[in-house]
Amino acid sequence: MNECGELLKKLGSLSAVTGRENRASEKIAELFRPYCDEVKIDHFFNVIGIKKGQSENPGSVLVTAHYDEIGLIVTEIEDSGFLRFSAAGGVDPKAIGAMEVIVHGKKDLFGVIGTKPPHLIPPEDVGKAVKMDDMRIDIGYDGKKAKELVSIGDMVSFVSPPQELLNNRIAGKSMDNRSGVAALVEILKELNKLRHDDDVYVVATVQEELGLIGAFSVTYNIKADLGIVIDVCHGDMPDAPSDETFPLGKGVAVAVGPVLDRRHTKAIIKLAKEEKIPYQIDPETGDTGTEAAVHEVAREGIPVILLSIPSKYMHTAVEMVCVDDVIATGRLAARYIAGRVKE
Amino acid sequence: MGALDNLKKLSALDGVSGDEKPVRDFILSHVKDYVDEYWIDKTGNLITYKKGTGNGPKVMLDAHMDEVGLMVTQITSDGLLKFQVVGGIEDRVLVGKRVRIGEKGVPGVIGFKPIHLQDKNERTGAVNKKKLTIDIGAKDKEQAEAKVEVGDIVAFAYDPVDFGDNKLMAKALDDRVGCAALIEILKERYEFDIYGCFTVQEEIGLKGAKTASFQVMPDIAIILEGTTCYDLPDTEEQGMSTRCGKGPALTIMDRSVIVDRDLLNHIVDVAKRNKIPYQFKQTISGGTNAGRIQVNGTGVKVAAIAVPCRYIHTPVSVMDKSDFENMIRLAKETLKALPAAGNLWGTGKTDINLYREQGGVEYV
Repeated sequence: MNECGELLKKLGSLSAVTGRENRASEKIAELFRPYCDEVKIDHFFNVIGIKKGQSENPGSVLVTAHYDEIGLIVTEIEDSGFLRFSAAGGVDPKAIGAMEVIVHGKKDLFGVIGTKPPHLIPPEDVGKAVKMDDMRIDIGYDGKKAKELVSIGDMVSFVSPPQELLNNRIAGKSMDNRSGVAALVEILKELNKLRHDDDVYVVATVQEELGLIGAFSVTYNIKADLGIVIDVCHGDMPDAPSDETFPLGKGVAVAVGPVLDRRHTKAIIKLAKEEKIPYQIDPETGDTGTEAAVHEVAREGIPVILLSIPSKYMHTAVEMVCVDDVIATGRLAARYIAGRVKE
Repeated sequence: MGALDNLKKLSALDGVSGDEKPVRDFILSHVKDYVDEYWIDKTGNLITYKKGTGNGPKVMLDAHMDEVGLMVTQITSDGLLKFQVVGGIEDRVLVGKRVRIGEKGVPGVIGFKPIHLQDKNERTGAVNKKKLTIDIGAKDKEQAEAKVEVGDIVAFAYDPVDFGDNKLMAKALDDRVGCAALIEILKERYEFDIYGCFTVQEEIGLKGAKTASFQVMPDIAIILEGTTCYDLPDTEEQGMSTRCGKGPALTIMDRSVIVDRDLLNHIVDVAKRNKIPYQFKQTISGGTNAGRIQVNGTGVKVAAIAVPCRYIHTPVSVMDKSDFENMIRLAKETLKALPAAGNLWGTGKTDINLYREQGGVEYV
């Protein structure tokens, strides 16, 4: 794997369940530091990298990508030692059976989400959906020890080591949106090679999975003339609507729609063509489900561009992205920032 | 403990039914110095023979080498792999899992439609494995075909983890626990002849046990297994099958067998005398090689000793290490005490064997 791929694998191994990103914030700050004039972590644990522009009178560009991931939250510790749980973010109960997890209790505890063996499933239950309420996490301790080590409200992250596949693809948990964070690092690396007038704020945001929460304070706190949001969009698969999904390895998906600033969007598409950076058009009729919706209406409004990295199997433990798309995203954003003509 | 190390290594090897070679190679290298004779038969069973120091029954010990898995059945134009299960795997266990494909172990994952794109029926319904595919990252059919062939076997790619209170999580505990235990048992010598049989294709219908028991023609057979366990709250006691950490489980009856009462009593006696914890399996679901071996030749007295394994037939099955250690102890003590239990093998044996009289050759 190339440098970006190795970085993404590293990012995919961090655990930062939405609302408990503090576990990973310092590690992300470390990735920004070599390329930034300053790196700050705010009290929500948004990680803010600042790279000063070369103009005497610089504008400012805000680039955000969330670094939280979906997970679970412990809701009950049973006398038997098994844990009940709810979802933190959009977890599909169908996709978590027989999954390895880490319960972030007094210490990190390995566990599995158990499933009933086929031998013991009564015929009337075969083919029935299993509710999250009926599932348990098994941490291998009895009730007394479990209650000592785990509290109600402890977060649980999935374990799914990043797996290299053909064509520079990586599958694992939290590619949504660690691939976006990897693109942030790509942007910083590119900008180091380019001259840019504007101050650039590169921010890894928190709590997107809970409702775009980190982006609210960031877009208030940093006065930006242009916002760029980097997130994932659905990768193509046979059983999904083909106009809502995008092939992997065919470049960055540039969103077009009411939320997105039309002038900037047109300009960045033109730039992609000129620079021969692979891209595809992602039509977004609504609020995009991304932080772009927050940028759009922050303060007096920030014109915003949404760049997406196609990811298959979103919100499962094997989210899959192509590293080439991450690099294309970083290159396009960096070149647009560097060449931006101020009004 | 050496047995536990062996178990972890065995678990990490792939041996889906019909492709047990990696498991067999490991076992052979670990037992060949301890046995007097061994051979690999036409079906792929590894049969080992250990001569006894005195007289006694001919005892067969069985552990199956295979595990449940998948097989590639089609490569789609998108370069995705359709598959079917080999052995019993519940549909939702497959979602989002890491796999290895074929002899080269090509990595892949089993994808799933994102919740955002599911329609209402899909959201509330159950997983349908017919809609699942394995993704190796190929762009198209041609690229996938360069790496994978239809008919390739697929195994889960999960490494063992020690966790909790003396627990081990691993794939294929069913039945690498039996294999690792049998390796241990064969390290000691007993008064009577022992045939340690590492059998193939249990998961698709107890195949290897049939040919192995034909070659051995045992008087007594003890099956070493990993068995079902669902000791979770909200489960009725009898639906739990067994309980993790409460000792090896003894089968009385399942779908394949009603075990020999005398042999079962003997094992219970031995457990009590040696203060080895044990439990009875409380469901009659599932089957074991005991069912096949029991009806071999003129009939065999059989029993099964098993380690309770939670989430069996998934890549994340869980056992208590003490159950594994106690299974080895109980099996060894049972064997050592067999010569004194003459009722088990001194009577009820028949000399009528028309097959032999007709010129059929028994291997042993």
